[in-house]
Amino acid sequence: MPTIDLAKDDLRALNQQLQTAARAVAEAQSNETQWRIDNPRGSHAIAVGLDGPIAVTVGGSTGYYCAGMNKEASITVEGSAGPGVAENMMSGTVVIEGDASQYAGATGRGGLLVVKGNAASRCGISMKGIDIVVHGNIGHMSAFMAQSGTLVVCGDAGDALGDSLYEARLFVRGSVKSLGADCVEKEMRPEYLELLADLLERAGADARPEEFRRYGSARQLYTFNIDNASSY
Amino acid sequence: MTDNPHRTTPVKSWTFDDRTNSEIRRAAATGIYDIRGGGAKRRVPHFDDLLFLGASVSRYPLEGYRETCATDVSLGPRHAANPIKLDIPITIAGMSFGALSGTAKEALGRGATAAGTSTTTGDGGMTEEERGHSDKLVYQYLPSRYGMNPDDLRRADAIEIVVGQGAKPGGGGMLLGQKISDRVAEMRNLPEGIDQRSACRHPDWTGPDDLEIKILELREITGWKVPIYVKVGGARPYFDTTLAVKAGADVVVLDGMQGGTAATQDVFIEHVGQPTLACIRPAVKALQDLGLHRDGVQLVISGGIRSGADVAKAIALGADAVSIGTAALIALGDNDPKWEADYQKLGTTAGAYDDWHEGQDPAGINTQDPELQKRLDPVLGGRRLSNYLKVMTLEAQTIARACGKSHLHNLEPEDLCALTIEAAAMAQVPLAGTDWYPGKAGF
Ligand SMILES: Cc1cc2nc3c(=O)[nH]c(=O)nc-3n(C[C@H](O)[C@H](O)[C@H](O)COP(=O)(O)O)c2cc1C
Repeated sequence: MPTIDLAKDDLRALNQQLQTAARAVAEAQSNETQWRIDNPRGSHAIAVGLDGPIAVTVGGSTGYYCAGMNKEASITVEGSAGPGVAENMMSGTVVIEGDASQYAGATGRGGLLVVKGNAASRCGISMKGIDIVVHGNIGHMSAFMAQSGTLVVCGDAGDALGDSLYEARLFVRGSVKSLGADCVEKEMRPEYLELLADLLERAGADARPEEFRRYGSARQLYTFNIDNASSY
Repeated sequence: MTDNPHRTTPVKSWTFDDRTNSEIRRAAATGIYDIRGGGAKRRVPHFDDLLFLGASVSRYPLEGYRETCATDVSLGPRHAANPIKLDIPITIAGMSFGALSGTAKEALGRGATAAGTSTTTGDGGMTEEERGHSDKLVYQYLPSRYGMNPDDLRRADAIEIVVGQGAKPGGGGMLLGQKISDRVAEMRNLPEGIDQRSACRHPDWTGPDDLEIKILELREITGWKVPIYVKVGGARPYFDTTLAVKAGADVVVLDGMQGGTAATQDVFIEHVGQPTLACIRPAVKALQDLGLHRDGVQLVISGGIRSGADVAKAIALGADAVSIGTAALIALGDNDPKWEADYQKLGTTAGAYDDWHEGQDPAGINTQDPELQKRLDPVLGGRRLSNYLKVMTLEAQTIARACGKSHLHNLEPEDLCALTIEAAAMAQVPLAGTDWYPGKAGF
């Protein structure tokens, strides 16, 4: 398996190699699909903009924006991830073995982000289709203005969950400290149990769909009304 | 009618004038603030308050048509392998698809390309109409991230990170339900027909230290090929410019309060931000203090640019290029008196129409209505825009030659005087007939 050592190579060389490798696999020009990065040492923008089905294992913790705008690649961070991990991800899978800092999965449009530890504030902010499964807890203002996709939290959620959200689906197993503006608890229906079962399985989370509660938009802020002014 | 012959003429309040009172009544009746498009309509010190001195005994002019006055500009050579090279220093500002129709975007692309300059996407993503017809396209990276994806990022010729706009520094976008058509809703990943407020802050970074890392990420995704601009509204131009440059911007785009918008609160447009004229010198000073002015980082100014004189004045004050939004739309046909009957039906008049967010633009530019859109012929519109851009360039060259300059960039504050004390203070050029401006020592 090719290994890139960030103690020796610089970031540019790393991303260039991975981006080239991902494209080559996508275009069936190569079958070098397994890559490893050693000594990430909290570097920013590791493995960003990959565009093809390669698997990358990062042997440690990362700084900001690891796996940003990922397409098709599977990226596993063996440590924890800094802010904005998998931001604007399009497809593929990103797994964080440790914790994730703020804005995990921000504006993500597709694919699956799994955080095995906890995720900090603003997890799934402005998400646009991504699926996020957090094994632990999430911080405040998570799923703020979330447009679509699914956020599953096996632990507890902090303040103002789902503030001003649109059509994203939120599932929390533990407690929710408070709901944000226009976010309400909704009835759990069979189709959601199915969706949850699938996501929990893909995320390797040890939880049963029946243990979760569902939250979503009350759709009261979709059209301006002066009587809602205090919620804006 | 009173029959008292000694009655003085009734006086209306200057404070509570007719417009103010009508706005109070409107707010009371509807319970919503006034939302509109366009920029500040109030009069603020502007380029009109500056004059060029022209040549004299101490400096000689260049011969019109015979001696060249170059107009080219290169944006972003600081870090980008492929800086944007433009024939003229007038670019088309970012205007969202969603606010504008796809046809209007096509017309902008055609016009800009024919005139040798760039266009810019907007809040709402990149459309094929625009990419296809724009030789050089700047892709905006906005807080909403509508339609953002790495493929479009890589087919852009530059990336513009939008921190703010002059019409609403500190505010986000607004697209009311009337304009969220299927296509717009799909590109933005939102339900059709809802009011849509885009965020005012980026979702995954706050502050200049984060911005530096965000710029690094975007460069890594695009292979350090294309320039990265940072666009700010005219709030604190010295510090905003300094921090944007320190964060790694190749180009700073600075938009003053007259700058247009597709839609926001009138109170925001008229009461937040500084006039364009007041923003330029502090931004230039920031670049000079960093040793990067005219050589390193480019400054693009926008907000109320209408003519070659405005272009020349902005450049003389230190801008490398300017950007136009409103004027480009007017060139395409926005607010044209030929649609007066339709403007009247909407309760307004040509020249005053700014309710673009309602989706009924009689000129067919700021609308998603398929019938209205047919009023704009993109080929003709493109031709009109390129004519206008070329006229502005000729005008700016005329002035520069008269000042003895063989490149527009050789214009300098020295070539200017101000008509008012306010303009003298803001532009830091002498009040006409004096060698003084407020703030200059020796008064
Ligand atoms: C219809 C319209 C839509 C606009 N949309 C955007 C946008 O999406 N993003 C942005 O940064 N600025 C937007 N702007 C602002 C312009 O980019 C630019 O800053 C402004 O128009 C410049 O001032 P001017 O209109 O006086 O030329 C928009 C302006 C108009 C008129």
